[in-house]
Amino acid sequence: MIIGESGSGKTTLLKCMVGLNELNSGEVLYDGRNFYDLDFNGKKAIRKEIGMLFQGGALFDSKTVEENVVFPLSMFTDLSESEKRDRANFCLQRVNLANANNLYPSELSGGMKKRVAIARAIAVQPKYLFCDEPNSGLDPKTSIVIDNLIKEITDEYDITTVVITHDMNSVIEIGDNIMFIYEGAKWWEGSKEEILKTANMEVCDFVYATKFMKDLKTKF
Amino acid sequence: MNIFYHFGRYFLLMKRAFGKPEKIAIYRDRIFEEMNSLGIGSLGIVAIISVFMGAVITIQSAFNFESPLIPPYAVGVAVRDSMILEFSPAIVSLILAGKVGSSIASEIGTMRVTEQIDALEIMGINSAGYLIVPKIIASVLFNPILIIFSMFLGILGGYVFGLMAGVVTDYQYILGITYEFRPYNVVYALIKSGVFAFIIASVPAYHGYYTKGGALEVGRSSTKGVVYTSVLILAFDLILTQVLLV
Repeated sequence: MIIGESGSGKTTLLKCMVGLNELNSGEVLYDGRNFYDLDFNGKKAIRKEIGMLFQGGALFDSKTVEENVVFPLSMFTDLSESEKRDRANFCLQRVNLANANNLYPSELSGGMKKRVAIARAIAVQPKYLFCDEPNSGLDPKTSIVIDNLIKEITDEYDITTVVITHDMNSVIEIGDNIMFIYEGAKWWEGSKEEILKTANMEVCDFVYATKFMKDLKTKF
Repeated sequence: MNIFYHFGRYFLLMKRAFGKPEKIAIYRDRIFEEMNSLGIGSLGIVAIISVFMGAVITIQSAFNFESPLIPPYAVGVAVRDSMILEFSPAIVSLILAGKVGSSIASEIGTMRVTEQIDALEIMGINSAGYLIVPKIIASVLFNPILIIFSMFLGILGGYVFGLMAGVVTDYQYILGITYEFRPYNVVYALIKSGVFAFIIASVPAYHGYYTKGGALEVGRSSTKGVVYTSVLILAFDLILTQVLLV
């Protein structure tokens, strides 16, 4: 998980990782392959291994839920129409959206959009899943549903998942390895147990910013 | 300097857009979708404008040709040549630049600011090709049909309103529209309409594709797209007229 204050550079880092931003320096390695050293086809091959959950879902407005999930399958597989539909239905059922196939994104709630985006991301069985603030704009209950879904899918499909967030509930709920970004640079790295005990001032300011977290710290 | 920057970026975008497509079948379906939304959807406005343009040219020509030295069938000649040479290809293209151009710029601009284009890129899809090429091909294929439709309706509108206003007779008008007809004029108009169609689809797409920000910027991109498209249509109208007619 990559955490940090708003404007600290989390999304910029994520966009560099998935190749949406050009790098000034450094490298991005996928199983030893430096993304920015690859030619067009090499980059394209890596991108087919990537699934991404955008902050706003980034669903295609002109397509229904089912068409959104079928879309990457149509572009990159030779499955028949019925096979593509079956795969889409399987993915939609996996994110608990079995009866929303014919709805358009404008008819969905924020949580439903995120779930459709997850279904679309896992449709082509990616090796890497990137999530940009998956629970921004969601109520706490739906946030937990989305967090758990990401965790379950990561374990179930054995994929590497990178989550950008500033929600400490998510960090405690699903974080394994946590990186804290501060003023555009990596400031701290560790596990969720370590982050709750760290003495690093900037990290503490961020982790214990809410009254709930302060109370929790006092309690334990 | 800014103009060179935009020209360079526009040509690089076009080069990228016309790269190898991921799946021909998907592009083919998209072309038909775009023909429907950009072409068929414009038939109504093109019909209304063409009929009224033809009618106005007929009445204005009749009013200005009140001289014994000008034969009465000249009204038909004026309507035919005005519609074929200029009004149908250029004026209808300017109208389409407003209608279709703003729709393309705002559609692609909205996709940019809502990260839908990023989503395409992440999937390994050439977003420029997927979004822009079907629009350009649909526009280039369908615009000449719209222009022929406009020529026909303009000349028909001139006939109907000319007779209703009593400024020209049935015989004089038909004699005029068939008098020394040059088929090359239609070819010239179709070449112009093809070039204008490319501009109408690609320039607003460029402005939409590079939108940054939010809803306000989408509106600005749409406006810029329409303005630049209109200016380029007028500039290419002059260039093509010089090259093809003179």
